[in-house]
Amino acid sequence: MTDSKYFTTTKKGEIFELKAELNSDKKEKKKEAVKKVIASMTVGKDVSALFPDVVNCMQTDNLELKKLVYLYLMNYAKSQPDMAIMAVNTFVKDCEDPNPLIRALAVRTMGCIRVDKITEYLCEPLRKCLKDEDPYVRKTAAVCVAKLHDINAQLVEDQGFLDTLKDLISDSNPMVVANAVAALSEIAESHPSSNLLDLNPQSINKLLTALNECTEWGQIFILDCLANYTPKDDREAQSICERVTPRLSHANSAVVLSAVKVLMKFMEMLSKDLDYYGTLLKKLAPPLVTLLSAEPELQYVALRNINLIVQKRPEILKHEMKVFFVKYNDPIYVKLEKLDIMIRLASQANIAQVLAELKEYATEVDVDFVRKAVRAIGRCAIKVEQSAERCVSTLLDLIQTKVNYVVQEAIVVIKDIFRKYPNKYESVIATLCENLDSLDEPEARAAMIWIVGEYAERIDNADELLESFLEGFHDESTQVQLQLLTAIVKLFLKKPTETQELVQQVLSLATQDSDNPDLRDRGYIYWRLLSTDPVAAKEVVLAEKPLISEETDLIEPTLLDELICYIGTLASVYHKPPSAFVEGGRGVVHKSLPPRTASSESTESPETAPAGAPSSEQPDVIPTQGDLLGDLLNLDLGPPVSGPPLATSSVQMGAVDLLGGGLDSLIGGPNFVAPPAAAVPANLGASMGSGLSDLFDLTSGVGTLSGSYVAPKAVWLPAMKAKGLEISGTFTRQVGSISMDLQLTNKALQVMTDFAIQFNRNSFGLAPAAPLQVHAPLSPNQTVEISLPLNTVGSVMKMEPLNNLQVAVKNNIDVFYFSTLYPLHILFVEDGKMDRQMFLATWKDIPNENEAQFQIRDCPLNAEAVSSRLQSSNIFTVAKRNVEGQDMLYQSLKLTNGIWVLAELRIQPSNPSFTDLELSLKCRAPEVSQHVYQAYETILKN
Amino acid sequence: MNPFWKVFLSSLEFIFMQRNSQEKAADVENVPPVISTPHHYLISIHRDRLFFVSVIQTEVPPLFVIEFLHRVADTFQDYFGECSEAAIKDNVVIVYELLEEMLDNGFPLATESNILKELIKPPTILRSVVNSITGSSNVGDTLPTGQLSNIPWRRAGVKYTNNEAYFDVVEEIDAIIDKSGSTVFAEIQGVIDACIKLSGMPDLSLSFMNPRLLDDVSFHPCIRFKRWESERVLSFIPPDGNFRLISYRVSSQNLVAIPVYVKHSISFKENSSCGRFDITIGPKQNMGKTIEGITVTVHMPKVVLNMNLTPTQGSYTFDPVTKVLTWDVGKITPQKLPSLKGLVNLQSGAPKPEENPSLNIQFKIQQLAISGLKVNRLDMYGEKYKPFKGVKYVTKAGKFQVRT
Repeated sequence: MTDSKYFTTTKKGEIFELKAELNSDKKEKKKEAVKKVIASMTVGKDVSALFPDVVNCMQTDNLELKKLVYLYLMNYAKSQPDMAIMAVNTFVKDCEDPNPLIRALAVRTMGCIRVDKITEYLCEPLRKCLKDEDPYVRKTAAVCVAKLHDINAQLVEDQGFLDTLKDLISDSNPMVVANAVAALSEIAESHPSSNLLDLNPQSINKLLTALNECTEWGQIFILDCLANYTPKDDREAQSICERVTPRLSHANSAVVLSAVKVLMKFMEMLSKDLDYYGTLLKKLAPPLVTLLSAEPELQYVALRNINLIVQKRPEILKHEMKVFFVKYNDPIYVKLEKLDIMIRLASQANIAQVLAELKEYATEVDVDFVRKAVRAIGRCAIKVEQSAERCVSTLLDLIQTKVNYVVQEAIVVIKDIFRKYPNKYESVIATLCENLDSLDEPEARAAMIWIVGEYAERIDNADELLESFLEGFHDESTQVQLQLLTAIVKLFLKKPTETQELVQQVLSLATQDSDNPDLRDRGYIYWRLLSTDPVAAKEVVLAEKPLISEETDLIEPTLLDELICYIGTLASVYHKPPSAFVEGGRGVVHKSLPPRTASSESTESPETAPAGAPSSEQPDVIPTQGDLLGDLLNLDLGPPVSGPPLATSSVQMGAVDLLGGGLDSLIGGPNFVAPPAAAVPANLGASMGSGLSDLFDLTSGVGTLSGSYVAPKAVWLPAMKAKGLEISGTFTRQVGSISMDLQLTNKALQVMTDFAIQFNRNSFGLAPAAPLQVHAPLSPNQTVEISLPLNTVGSVMKMEPLNNLQVAVKNNIDVFYFSTLYPLHILFVEDGKMDRQMFLATWKDIPNENEAQFQIRDCPLNAEAVSSRLQSSNIFTVAKRNVEGQDMLYQSLKLTNGIWVLAELRIQPSNPSFTDLELSLKCRAPEVSQHVYQAYETILKN
Repeated sequence: MNPFWKVFLSSLEFIFMQRNSQEKAADVENVPPVISTPHHYLISIHRDRLFFVSVIQTEVPPLFVIEFLHRVADTFQDYFGECSEAAIKDNVVIVYELLEEMLDNGFPLATESNILKELIKPPTILRSVVNSITGSSNVGDTLPTGQLSNIPWRRAGVKYTNNEAYFDVVEEIDAIIDKSGSTVFAEIQGVIDACIKLSGMPDLSLSFMNPRLLDDVSFHPCIRFKRWESERVLSFIPPDGNFRLISYRVSSQNLVAIPVYVKHSISFKENSSCGRFDITIGPKQNMGKTIEGITVTVHMPKVVLNMNLTPTQGSYTFDPVTKVLTWDVGKITPQKLPSLKGLVNLQSGAPKPEENPSLNIQFKIQQLAISGLKVNRLDMYGEKYKPFKGVKYVTKAGKFQVRT
């Protein structure tokens, strides 16, 4: 008597028979019939025709029968919405049943029926169940809110269920708390902005209490929820960590991994000097290792996560190398992951062991694994310099085995070793050449050809070797063809006499007989280079190549930080942020590690600097948006990308005036027409300049007084945002020429070359007057200072703020963007002194609305000093007057685009306690006033 | 909808076929556990030659799913005695009922076997007969007592005439031994499994002679973590019946004794269709106990056609299809060490195999926990009766591999 009999019913008239049985008076027969229906449903038969008959069985005392009917309902209600209404009454009645099991079952099933008409009836029973005296019912109802929300979000909000759910977080029963958290997290995920899980220290405390008492699954929900919280300081972070650590000893690996996530995230906030930090690091290792002794599926997920953790904090597992050693009967997906982590953990201390293991793996059966193991040996050589020699000899041993794929893989990695340590291991080339004939994979052939070309001068028969490849040129893959072309050109440049024929042959093969545009282009380039200027060709083709970096496969730091926040999730298995693969992008919120906000002081290291949150002393890094890139590269017209959308029309008018009308009307005098710029609200200027004042309030360095004031260099592009390139700089103006003094520092581990710079269009048309000249490649930890001359003849576009300059810097690694604010006084020209009469006329001519008043506080200088100091920055005193013990200075200055600014500066030398200067500025383009004022303040105070 | 996923048992076969076409994986064990399809993610486990697959629509912790799937399989095992296609088909209604109780809209409900058994009674022949006569069902209609208490793992009102508490300390040695016989890697995976049949609400304390050994431990939720942190005593109210109390790992090399050694010489002659095979097993660091139940399994290279071997004890088989050599050795008697030697026939003309086969060794040592872990005493509070108590130790080989 087993259930399998339900699967073997007669085919014909089956439905009819079942119908009769369902309507039978005998309870037992009814139940058997429902079971048969369920079995048919399972194997995919359509039994929806029995809907009314099955629903008729719903009113029963027999719990098993009830459950089975509910099961049927969930499956078919959607296809029979009208019929499903028939079930509503029973549901509502069941929700009042004295047995909590039945109440819970009813509310749970109703939530699973996705029929609008039914959901309407669900609200009242659900409300009751959420406040039920029995916690089992409450916890079931909590989940039901999440289900209902998915069907009809508006209904849930209107009915106030969300608030009830929030109240359940304070429930006395830990299971109810856990389910409420789970339901809220789920709802919050589909509405990222709803701020449903408003976590504060009180609610966190409740969650932590519930954490100790609820089931393992509840613990996972609570831990995942905790991970979204950002503690206010390191002390709070530590106290949460302390309460979470016991979860690391849980038998359920999902609980362990969720706890690891919380700890990894909050650790970010703890100071490394803290004793507790060290304790925590030690506590994290054993549970991670324990995960590896579980079933292979769990191991796989654990390994993918460990891969992230090892990259973020290698110190945790640095002594645990051995647990990643591969067992021959591990599934292949586990083997490959283990290998990856082994390489990441490889260091000088354990390299001998690692190499011995890798050599062992290279003789295994599985081809993919063997290949990866051979590659791993190469990566070790590149990573741990001291081991390079041993790695090379291991690889040579492997080549001696003559196993085809091992040899090929070894040659590919030896090529990389050559690129990392040039001119060191060339003695092995002879051995490599012996295996030339056995290479049949494109990558290995290409690698071998590269080696021959690169070291052509040391290989006596290089021409013969390359010639042998040339025979089947058209049968080779593109990779090999390109490599062969380059290698032969290299060979020709090194030994021109005997290889002329060969090079002509390859050039004609590449350019005339090939359909591949890449190949043809490369062929033509070489051809022309060789025919026009062989010396230049030598410089190009035989140029010194940048060294390859050791950790090419590291995850980019910002992505890594994001992924650390997703430990334990699918994102951590795919090593992609959820936005990259979750369908529809619904509910995707970018997470980031919390910045360290220490209550006690701590030493800042670059990696703990808050990511994404620009601090006031750092200029914003321009987001890499497609349209901006277009702007920078094509210089086509388009609205500015950054900047708030305030009063665009008036700003645009102002810009027009600023650029065109200003100068003409000022000089033309009588024909002046009041510019529309007058309409610009007065407060606009103030808001524009605030950024600059921030910038300069912080710079307290000493500038030189000869020539205009030069601000100390500020970091414009932090290294962590530019793959290791740090740029700091400042602007100077000396004898009429503006320049941008840059300091480039290479903080990456790889050499940087090919620098170039470009400005986005800006308010005053600033543009580089010469290309960025970085003569030698910038090796790691090297700094170079460059003075880039600027002119003001570039394209013009009004920026917000006015003195904002967006810059793109390119090197061999990538293109980086940053923006900076330049002080306006670099634009004050030398012939800015206005004639007295002209000054008076212009002052009167400019409407009073355009006058801006400023105060320069705490400037204990007398009129003489002020005047001379300003003059060195091209602000000229036109006249001076003494009125009632106050010195009045009348000054003029002219910007590079011809805009005049007139100033009245009031100084009270007689009163030493009163050191504020009052400045009135008048200009036809009043939006510059604020920036001029900033310039005054900067010049006078430094 | 996090975590909205369903367990499809009926569509297993379908998905399995899809996977095969996708992965072209002839070897089912090598199918990765997380697979993406255009609209869904499939997370699966492979147990007892069945795939348990869950289909996922959005971001969800995969370990959560995998752990749950294992729990489902454990429950089937527990209910039906085996977890096989036949068992699932035979009990399809119970399977449905169980899944219903275990999962609601992606939220696990009851996964503790104690609770489930109160909700749904496991099938027995007697019960199905009784049910069919009386018309009663195997679904409990009262709320399980443990479901919401602070000790969800234990039901109330447990009663036994004989009160017993037994503990099995089982340690498995995972090791990789290299060609020369030195240990590349070794660790002990230990568990303490308990079988507790005690009436009422007993509160137990288990203490060890040398608790310091246990520094990497995973606990059953019933164990009071604070007590362990402060006093190194396992204090708990146990679930009823069989359960795993703790699992632990001992990894420091000097603590892991390797109880056997293998002398091996496996060679294949160049340009000849035969090779020699000779292995001998002997005791080493076995603490004076007998090593028994020894089995050696060797995956021979593909070019091996057949093997002609003579064992000094036990019996051997060689499967020419899978190329697996299994030698059932039995006990080691130190006076006469067991050995297996003879000739290997290779496919003629094929090149000499590059890879060396690894030896997989199984063994068992009764009455010994190789780490030296020893239970000191078991105390019971909260109940008046005197229980029978017992502790058994056994050491086994886990993944014990010798490279040749």
